[in-house]
Amino acid sequence: MSRAGSGAGAGPRVLRAGADAVLVESATGEETEALHAELLRRRAAGELAGVTEIVPAARTVLVCGLADPRGFAAEVAAWDVPAVPRGRGAAVEIAVRFDGPDLAEVAGLWHVTPEEVAGTVIATTFRVAFCGFAPGFGYLTGLPEHLRVPRRAEPRTAVPPGSVALAGPYAGVYPRSSPGGWQLVGTTDAALWDPEREPAALLSPGTEVRFTQVRFTQVRFTQVRG
Amino acid sequence: MRDTAAGGRAELTVVRAGALTTVQDLGRPGHAHLGVPRSGALDGPALRAANRLVGNPAEAAGLETTVDGCALRASHAVLVAVTGAPCAVRVDGRPAAWGAPVRVPGGAVLDVGRAEPGLRGYLAVSGGVAVRPVLGSRSTDLLSGLGPAPLAMGDVLPVGGRFGGSGGALGGVLDDGFGGVFGDGFGGGFGGGDVLALPGPGAELVLPVVRGPRDDWFAPDAFRTLFGGGHTVSPASNRIGLRTRGPALRRARGGELPSEGMVLGAVQVPPDGCPVVFLADHPTTGGYPVIGVVPEGSLPGAAQSPPGTPVRFVPLSTR
Repeated sequence: MSRAGSGAGAGPRVLRAGADAVLVESATGEETEALHAELLRRRAAGELAGVTEIVPAARTVLVCGLADPRGFAAEVAAWDVPAVPRGRGAAVEIAVRFDGPDLAEVAGLWHVTPEEVAGTVIATTFRVAFCGFAPGFGYLTGLPEHLRVPRRAEPRTAVPPGSVALAGPYAGVYPRSSPGGWQLVGTTDAALWDPEREPAALLSPGTEVRFTQVRFTQVRFTQVRG
Repeated sequence: MRDTAAGGRAELTVVRAGALTTVQDLGRPGHAHLGVPRSGALDGPALRAANRLVGNPAEAAGLETTVDGCALRASHAVLVAVTGAPCAVRVDGRPAAWGAPVRVPGGAVLDVGRAEPGLRGYLAVSGGVAVRPVLGSRSTDLLSGLGPAPLAMGDVLPVGGRFGGSGGALGGVLDDGFGGVFGDGFGGGFGGGDVLALPGPGAELVLPVVRGPRDDWFAPDAFRTLFGGGHTVSPASNRIGLRTRGPALRRARGGELPSEGMVLGAVQVPPDGCPVVFLADHPTTGGYPVIGVVPEGSLPGAAQSPPGTPVRFVPLSTR
């Protein structure tokens, strides 16, 4: 095992990831988000000199650029990490047209109508758990466990940019056209990624996200159904 | 470079793009949490050396060529240096030095030849390739499409103004007198001028591996398989990863890991059991287990190993 050393019991597990990095693994997504927030807080306070990357993911946070990974591992295991307070971080609203080609399929999986899928999505406060896959692509948590949907059996070779999609426990928005296997429920005109903008990414880990519904004009609605 | 100052900024026009030529600098680290790969030159020491030869700071952007080099016409006289994989360098057809500063007169064509041995050449130009930076870097990132597209015939690359400070390698070497010296191999020995000894790639690629983070996902015999030899560089290798062919590493458990952060040099093992060593354009997160990590210092060798090169993974313990 590559445990770099950690306290016994319920604390995070610290795994060695090369000469100068560790993966800190927590039991839940909430603990992972809390640890990520704590790492950012400590870095902002100047406590993590030399750290080059802090990369949160589903159950882990990767910390790169450690001069003493072993010492860091022992330290992190002893941290008292507070839960992340909700409604305090950066928040964005993303206007969505619920016109995705997989909306009916998701409705079937949820045993509701397409309108109710939209209603559930706009009623949910999402949070960017982590980014990856493409610059600006955030994995959004917030949907309850029973609303997980599988990836499509046949991934699409080209998902249009701005597609709002669901897969597993996550929601996400494709920043640009790319192959993808998520279930597409809607589209947005929001620029998820713009290198000319500061910040380039609309969504970064910890950001809260609310989706709002763009009302169709009758013509557009007809086109969608057509 | 007096003629540059007189006639405006120099430009390089692509007359032969080569198989894959990209603009590279030291990359854009620090954005992995947004899903942005670090990118940058795969053979960083070679790019640094080329920049030093032309008096550029380390962070200047140059070109990374793949297999068959490239050719560029200079609008004004420029000072260039070619490093990385050894290759023939020509200016308007006349042999010029590899691994040393070379003056390319205005209107002349610089040809960077086929890499032999090795794979990737680096071209620095005094002033640097001055395409617009994205998130602080001019590097082309082939995974996520950031930075300029790979070079295409007719592209025009702006060259930056001289960097401030010391004159770098300019003094005394700005004649074409190196022309006749090329051809006796590589690794220095040109005598005179500012010439670097650069190692050529070996016949075998040795990659030390630090265990973890997911070594516990593999069967007990997986490390014996990894370190037992028989792997070669796969032709499917690219800037994202060095793929290998050889005996498959067996896993102790199935399924996918929840996505987790990936480090440069991570040895990821996809379901086919053949290790992939992550290079500069690697995805920032991934769901296949990482059995070990190759230290950054060994990755330039990986970048210079053509398909078919035998790969020997060796254990490396850490403090």
